[in-house]
Amino acid sequence: MAMAQARKIQAPQVLPETKPFWDAAAQGRLIIKHCTACHQPHHYPRSICPFCGSDATEWRPASGRGTIYTYSIMRRVPEPYAIAYVTLEEGPTIMTNIVDCDLDAIRIGQAVRVVFKPSEGGPPVPMFAPA
Amino acid sequence: MTIKGKAYIAGAFEHPTRKADDKSVAQLHAEVAKGALEDAGLTKNDVDGYFCAGDAPGLGPLSMADYMGLKLRHVDTTDTGGSSYVIHVAHAAEAIALGKCSVALITLAGRPRSEGQATGTAPRVLPAAVPDAAFEVPYAPATANMYAMAAMRHMHQFGTTSAQLAWVKVAASQHAQYNPHAMLREVVTVEEVVNSPMITDPLHRLDCCVISDGGGALVVVSPEVMRHLRRPRVKLLGAGEAPKLQLGGKVDLTYTGAVWSGPAAFAEAGLKPADIKYASIYDSFTITVVMTLEDLGFCEKGQGGKFVAEGNLISGVGRLPFNTDGGGLCNNHPANRGGMTKVIEAVRQLRGEAHPKVQVKNCDVALAHGTGGSLGTRHMSSTLILGRE
Repeated sequence: MAMAQARKIQAPQVLPETKPFWDAAAQGRLIIKHCTACHQPHHYPRSICPFCGSDATEWRPASGRGTIYTYSIMRRVPEPYAIAYVTLEEGPTIMTNIVDCDLDAIRIGQAVRVVFKPSEGGPPVPMFAPA
Repeated sequence: MTIKGKAYIAGAFEHPTRKADDKSVAQLHAEVAKGALEDAGLTKNDVDGYFCAGDAPGLGPLSMADYMGLKLRHVDTTDTGGSSYVIHVAHAAEAIALGKCSVALITLAGRPRSEGQATGTAPRVLPAAVPDAAFEVPYAPATANMYAMAAMRHMHQFGTTSAQLAWVKVAASQHAQYNPHAMLREVVTVEEVVNSPMITDPLHRLDCCVISDGGGALVVVSPEVMRHLRRPRVKLLGAGEAPKLQLGGKVDLTYTGAVWSGPAAFAEAGLKPADIKYASIYDSFTITVVMTLEDLGFCEKGQGGKFVAEGNLISGVGRLPFNTDGGGLCNNHPANRGGMTKVIEAVRQLRGEAHPKVQVKNCDVALAHGTGGSLGTRHMSSTLILGRE
């Protein structure tokens, strides 16, 4: 059994375009961009929709629930960790870490929920733990 | 309009070093340039087009063109990671076809090994302005774990196994044993591969390519110049290039950009996968090869594991001899960019200059494919089809 250990998380650089995402993260909320022209959500968040090119994009809350699409446990480092892609209930598949769990028990298809972990000198970062 | 038949690869040279602690990067670029030009029977004063990528030190082509004393009327520094040099050949042909240059020099060189780069496991560092940086960097994506995620999904969706992936390395090692310059010359078994230390699930150490110093160069010329040269005639037949991206979050890691670059190259060449006698397939990791073979149409989607486990990549044994120099998995992956050596070995095979033990008989059509960037996020696929005239 290899428990996920707290890893030092590099602070994400907050850009003007993405500030609302990180403000919400600081409050423990996951939000994603949604295009009001073509009605599709996307991630990572952009001001211009990557599907239809419209600038009519807006922030919407995400439930924080998703399932693991794929993952890998990086073993050859002092603190093994799980990188993963999680498909959110809302649709987009996002890169993340799976935390607060036994790394060897992680499975594709597993239900997970968002948790926010502190970064080094920056806003909290969304990660996912077994639901 | 097409590049088919509009250019020839007249010179190809792979630096013999795999650890260059006694050389500078610029020096390596210049040495491989010299080697390729001599191979072609040309000099640096014949060069009028220069192609390089991010491994060339300085602003774009300027420092290396300056170091080498080139007089140029065409430059192209398309940088798509390891696939850059496969693209450079196609772009050189395009320039030559339009009369923008007639002797194109392409160089690659670097020293990740001497400089102690933890290429596979060190988390990526990105400038803040990169729009995806904040949404990826905190999760510590490295090179190996990005490819590993593609492998995990492929295994989940198609039942691909580690033993099947291991066959890619086994095949490369069967070839590398005959290459005196290869970094790893020992023939390995499937068992040895799957028992090698796990780097990042499911990729073991032997699923990963070598970290080597060195480089290579190519000289691409017009038909008029080729007429006066004595080297075997290696003609460009077709090329394709396409990025595969994250699709706004509609992530599917089970296929690569080869699904677009391959068909484009085959269409231009007027050929099919069954026509290919030898293939250089970008082998940063074993999974890269398995997925690329499917996407290029050498086998059905999801059947790549089965295809390689039948020994199909082994020269003299299988249907598609691959990476007969030992590839990135066993021979060389200089500067962490393997596209140059892919083209070089394809040229050797077409010239009949591969080692006799791995030389494909009557090798008159070959394919070289590059995958640059990350299978786990965004990458560039580039496919080149070459023929012996």
